[in-house]
Amino acid sequence: MTPSTISHQETLIESSQKFNAPRLIDRIFFWLTVALAVSVGLILLWITWSLLSIAFPAIAEFNIGFLFSQVWNPVEDAYGALPQIYGTIVSSIVALLFAIPLGVGVAVFLSENFLPRKILTPIAFVIELLAAIPSVVYGMWGIFVFIPFILPGLQAIYGTFGWLPFFSTQPSTRQLFATALVLAIMILPTIIAISRDSLVSTPPELRQGAYGLGATRWETLTRVLVPSALSGIIGSIMLALGRALGETMAAAMLIGNSNRVSASLFAPASTISALIANQFGEASGLQRSALFYEALILMIMTLLVNMLAEVIVNRFQQVE
Amino acid sequence: MTNPSTRPTSTNNAVSDDVVIRTENVSVYYGAFQAVRNVYLDIPKNKVVAFIGPSGCGKSTLLRCYNRLNDLIPSARVDGKITYQGIDLYDPKVDPVEVRRRIGMVFQRPNPFPKSIYENIAFGARVNGYKGDMDELVERSLRGAALWEEVKDKLKQSGLSLSGGQQQRLCIARTIAIEPEVILMDEPCSALDPISTLRVEDLMHDLKQRFTIIIVTHNMQQASRVADLTGFFNAEAGEGGSRFGYLVEYDRTEHIFNAPKEQATQDYVSGRFG
Ligand SMILES: Nc1ncnc2c1ncn2[C@@H]1O[C@H](COP(=O)(O)OP(=O)(O)OP(=O)(O)O)[C@@H](O)[C@H]1O
Ligand SMILES: [Mg+2]
Repeated sequence: MTPSTISHQETLIESSQKFNAPRLIDRIFFWLTVALAVSVGLILLWITWSLLSIAFPAIAEFNIGFLFSQVWNPVEDAYGALPQIYGTIVSSIVALLFAIPLGVGVAVFLSENFLPRKILTPIAFVIELLAAIPSVVYGMWGIFVFIPFILPGLQAIYGTFGWLPFFSTQPSTRQLFATALVLAIMILPTIIAISRDSLVSTPPELRQGAYGLGATRWETLTRVLVPSALSGIIGSIMLALGRALGETMAAAMLIGNSNRVSASLFAPASTISALIANQFGEASGLQRSALFYEALILMIMTLLVNMLAEVIVNRFQQVE
Repeated sequence: MTNPSTRPTSTNNAVSDDVVIRTENVSVYYGAFQAVRNVYLDIPKNKVVAFIGPSGCGKSTLLRCYNRLNDLIPSARVDGKITYQGIDLYDPKVDPVEVRRRIGMVFQRPNPFPKSIYENIAFGARVNGYKGDMDELVERSLRGAALWEEVKDKLKQSGLSLSGGQQQRLCIARTIAIEPEVILMDEPCSALDPISTLRVEDLMHDLKQRFTIIIVTHNMQQASRVADLTGFFNAEAGEGGSRFGYLVEYDRTEHIFNAPKEQATQDYVSGRFG
């Protein structure tokens, strides 16, 4: 090593030891970030641990059978989560069944220049407002307006398709299907906003490339733009699913809180969060513990959805 | 300076063979802004035609008129007449999708679809209703674009996993796959290294047997190496101060580079421009 490089190194070392305000701020900022990140992790651990420990008596008592039992009897202290698990999953899936085609369709529509910008911007704004409506408002609207509004239609479906298991009961005024529809409306803005963003941010070169090969607008959309925005679209769906799974207020108000698994979507049902919201006030002892067990199940479900979303998004980013 | 609205006489001398595309008094506007003014230019069959000229003189704009890609830009408007094999491209009865199937395009930045190499090529063929053996078409197109040897073992991999030069050849391959009659290339080598550039140029010599090629390039050597005919475009401030592009001179490539008629061309090709 030549002397000049040595002295150069020395000055480097010296300067790093000198007091230096910007660097100090850098350090403080760094540790602050670390502290915040760690504390978020700790809070997550704390919540999980509390759930586990309070749920523990119920876990010890009912074990895995809790997931398959339809009993909810505070008098005899016998509890099971099957109706809630079923109701949570089915209401979310039915909601997605409606929200995905509608949401992705609207997102595609808004991402194309079918309409002049002057009209598009207010539409996009209104859709975002939809996300800002509190869920209790959705619940009230559902009870007093939406369910009475769709009930005749559901009656007609029951009349014609009553032989199908999903429609095999007289439509009740509190029921799973109507709840799922309201959930669909609630999660629609999530799907639309994120899908639209990912469609809009596909590179314009892709569109030009597809058009340049003689693809129609429809072919370009369905075979190039939507696939290339797919990871964002799937992300939006997973986020929406997460919201539907955990939605409490609207579900508690609309679903009827029946503790039975019925194949018919027109029958009252229950969801995990609705059950918890309804019973938490007066629960104690093993009942409270069972509610925590249910909460734990819900948390695991949403966790799985999130992990699945990560996997799917990564898969598509690699292969597609 | 030439008066841009008079028709350059060299056009007629240069082009005596079969004309595929005829450009008659074409002006292109973006809103009120006139980007290209009064271009007359004929593209002969099975030739390579180069468009050269300073940035912003409307080369890409004119090129995009030939496959109606300007339709994508709401403000763009084309005046004058462009005929392709005698058919007016801007006739309301003409389907722009059909035009683009006959007149393919390769872009400045390689833009493979985020799909597998195989699907990149199959896409164009499928939307064009190709019913034959897809594997065979993919191989033939990749061979045609001198890419087959490099990718034959990884056809299922994403087109985006290729290098820039390979991506551009993939884009050429997918354009060949739809068997157009004309291929438009907008600075196809500007993102490529010299080796890839030479490969693409070699390719153009081969492709010329089957296709008519119009290439926009900023690379003088490239124009002189690949083009049979060269059009030099320039931009000039018009009334109101906005700059419009126009065709200064269009002739056999060797004339443009060795004995141009216009001083502006001479200045540009000898690097004394601006
Ligand atoms: N989409 C557009 N909207 C409005 N003006 C445009 C648009 N595209 C190009 N222009 C304008 O038209 C003129 C010609 O642009 P064009 O891209 O055709 O030039 P070019 O000769 O291809 O330049 P370069 O060599 O830099 O690619 C420029 O003044 C440009 O600003
Ligand atoms: Mg250009």
